[in-house]
Amino acid sequence: MQATTLILLLGLMAVTAFYLGRGRSLSLVGGHGHGLALHSLPGYYGYYVAIWVALPALGLFLLWVLLEPRIVVALVVNGLPEAYQSLPAGELNLLVNNIQNFAAGDVISVEVDRVLQDAAAQFNDYLANSRQILAVLALGLAGLAGSLAWRRIHPDLRARNRVERVIRWFLIAASSIAIFSTIGIVLSVLFEAIRFFQKVPVTEFMFGLNWSPQTAIRADQVGSSGSFGAVPLFAGTLLITAIAMVVAVPVGLMTAIYLAEYSSTRVRGIAKPLLEILAGIPTVVYGFFAALTVAPWVRRAGEAAGFEVASESALAAGLVMGIMIIPLVSSLSDDAINAVPSAMRDGALGLGSTRSETMTKVILPAALPGIVGGILLAVSRAIGETMIVVMAAGLAANLTANPFAAVTTVTVQIVTLLVGDQEFDSAKTLAAFALGLMLFVVTLFLNIIGLSVVRKYREQYD
Amino acid sequence: MSTDRTTRRKVEAGLPRRRRKEARFKVLGMLATAVGILFLGVFFASLIGKGASAFKQTYLQLEIELSETVLAPDGELDLAFADFEGLVRASLRRELPDVTGRQDRRELYRIVSIGAGYQLRDLVAGNPELLGTTQSLWVPASSNIDMLIKGNIDASLAEALRPVSDKQIAWVEFFREAGRLETRFNSALFSNGDSREPELAGIKGAVMGSLYMLMVTMVLSFPIGVAAAIYLEEFAPRNRWSDLIEVNINNLAAVPSIVFGLLGLAVFINWAALPRSAPLVGGLVLTLLTLPVIIIASRAAIKAVPPSIREAALGLGASQTQVVFHHVLPLAMPGMLTGAIIGMSRALGESAPLLMIGMVAFIVDVPGSLTDPATALPVQIFLWADSPERAFAERTSAAIIVLLGFLLVMNLTAVILRKRMERKW
Repeated sequence: MQATTLILLLGLMAVTAFYLGRGRSLSLVGGHGHGLALHSLPGYYGYYVAIWVALPALGLFLLWVLLEPRIVVALVVNGLPEAYQSLPAGELNLLVNNIQNFAAGDVISVEVDRVLQDAAAQFNDYLANSRQILAVLALGLAGLAGSLAWRRIHPDLRARNRVERVIRWFLIAASSIAIFSTIGIVLSVLFEAIRFFQKVPVTEFMFGLNWSPQTAIRADQVGSSGSFGAVPLFAGTLLITAIAMVVAVPVGLMTAIYLAEYSSTRVRGIAKPLLEILAGIPTVVYGFFAALTVAPWVRRAGEAAGFEVASESALAAGLVMGIMIIPLVSSLSDDAINAVPSAMRDGALGLGSTRSETMTKVILPAALPGIVGGILLAVSRAIGETMIVVMAAGLAANLTANPFAAVTTVTVQIVTLLVGDQEFDSAKTLAAFALGLMLFVVTLFLNIIGLSVVRKYREQYD
Repeated sequence: MSTDRTTRRKVEAGLPRRRRKEARFKVLGMLATAVGILFLGVFFASLIGKGASAFKQTYLQLEIELSETVLAPDGELDLAFADFEGLVRASLRRELPDVTGRQDRRELYRIVSIGAGYQLRDLVAGNPELLGTTQSLWVPASSNIDMLIKGNIDASLAEALRPVSDKQIAWVEFFREAGRLETRFNSALFSNGDSREPELAGIKGAVMGSLYMLMVTMVLSFPIGVAAAIYLEEFAPRNRWSDLIEVNINNLAAVPSIVFGLLGLAVFINWAALPRSAPLVGGLVLTLLTLPVIIIASRAAIKAVPPSIREAALGLGASQTQVVFHHVLPLAMPGMLTGAIIGMSRALGESAPLLMIGMVAFIVDVPGSLTDPATALPVQIFLWADSPERAFAERTSAAIIVLLGFLLVMNLTAVILRKRMERKW
């Protein structure tokens, strides 16, 4: 039976159970007129039965679907002849993959022999059987649990409280997903990173000056042992981030000041939404623009001025990234400026200072922590930005501070290492997770500081 | 008296300088605001300038004889192996009989897209009775000829510097003078999947992939996000655990999206063995990515419901759960929906995490289910932007225009929803 059919059937059963439960509760007290004799509203008795029908069966279904592939594979492997079972893990894996693909009717690259054919047939057999068993078990469980719950309906049954408890647990589970995804991120990058550091020492990764992740495919190949010194990547990331900040911070801050203090309501009404559009443009679009429009401009301008400019210069990527971050800086600065109590502004103006003096000598110093917190968040955003640099920055890991040269960044390397085919035990693939760990830790650090500074500051003047 | 006057004189002496400074500051602010807006203008101008022509495609009219001897040499038509390409070539040879020699003929064949053969095949598959007749058909020109007609290839350059030869230009000129060359609406862009040939490449596969992913994301992230927001606002006791959840959500909203891709690769693909390149996995990753956005927006919407409503319901004997589900939730729903739409529009534009889970594969077929290999619209843009062919640059811009169109519609819906449904208390 198809999984969707099963789910639909369970849903149907739950709806029926709702009406059965409601009906029973009413008939126990003698019809609609006597609802007050019940502990809860009749509907809650319906929900009570429906929950018992649906939840255990769904739980079984999920568990089954999660475990099924592993168990079926184990069974198939058990059924293989002895000679195959004693193959090394890698080859066995390959064989299992081939069996699965063949069973699904795909074309496979190896010759189809008798063993493979049998195993594939077995595989399909087990799979079909497993689905049959699941359907029977799930529907049986739903019926059993439902009828038990139905029997337990009694005018004194605290149905509402029980239903509400289930709802409460659902809400708690939903809010814990945020925690689980953080834990998931940490564990998934951490484990692979630890495996990487078993192959490559941490010190080489953190302080090595040479990055060329090409590892040899065969052991006897020359010159491609791979070196994983990540300093050039960190330097490249910092260079591009610095360029972006040089654009975004002054422009974003001055925009916020102008819109908060000088512009008329009409100008603000037009300029603010326009800047918000900038924030809504997907980064891949910025990347396209950086690579195809801005990079050639930068190159032409640089060459006219007599510099040697790489076609994938850090400057082009940084400039466009800076533009992308302007709205973030300006809206966070706007918040910080608006949080300064107007008494301070009025006092400064009343003493005869001009608007710009009020701004630079009174409001900005008072708003500084909030602005700095916002800038930290912007830096974190720039460090983690991927598409712009993937499309407009280079791949070569040069250790340079020259904005006209091509540099590469942490995110670019993660993408290049992980896009395409990969095996999970080569240092090359694992290096991406080590870089991901660095990225996560650094941005997390910046975010926590930035967020707490911004929040604390907001509360300070409230 | 005299000190008073000197102070005043000092202040007055400084005034012009201070006023100049003030004016300078104001101009700086104006310039800064202009930078962002100017960029937006340049950006849209260049985008539309580059992309508008991709919505048109050059077609040539050919007289094609659907000869039985070519298509069904053994008396039986096998669509998979029949030489439709040969028919197109034969027709070109008939049109320009004075083109002889291997090299020249090969160049001649190259002015028509290989899509012409597929078009013929589909035609014959649908109407087998056409076999043996001669049909006058409009077939797509190859991408180089298309670029030439649109003026993206400069015919005045030296022959070696452009991808079309002088002869090809002359042949195209022949078709144009005969009125048998037209630029029409490029329907292939919207009805085809990806292709290596720019003139056949379309965004339908990518749009469908994005649609499937957004479906998964919406179905999962909206209920979970709203439930989490309800718990945190209405039920959670103020303790360490709820503080931890809160800090976590705010941080997750700022974690680089590529890190979510690493999570998806390690957990969904490597550990849970879900299929690569599938919209299902993409949707799961985007769910985790949009959850914080939806939770934060939903919490704001719940906070905006005045406490008096809760108190009134509690006073009439409703349980806390009833208060929330019967009163607070319906009133907060518009705000939550707005947040959800904004979260979805962020998910639609996201591409970095999708690169990690293998959605960058070259996929021709339009996906038909959640587990078919697929790509997404932003990833398609990334792939096309990397293609060296001139015609792909134009199509990339067109795909971006389509993507921005979707985003615009979603954001406008959110704005309208907010304006029409949100109440001020």
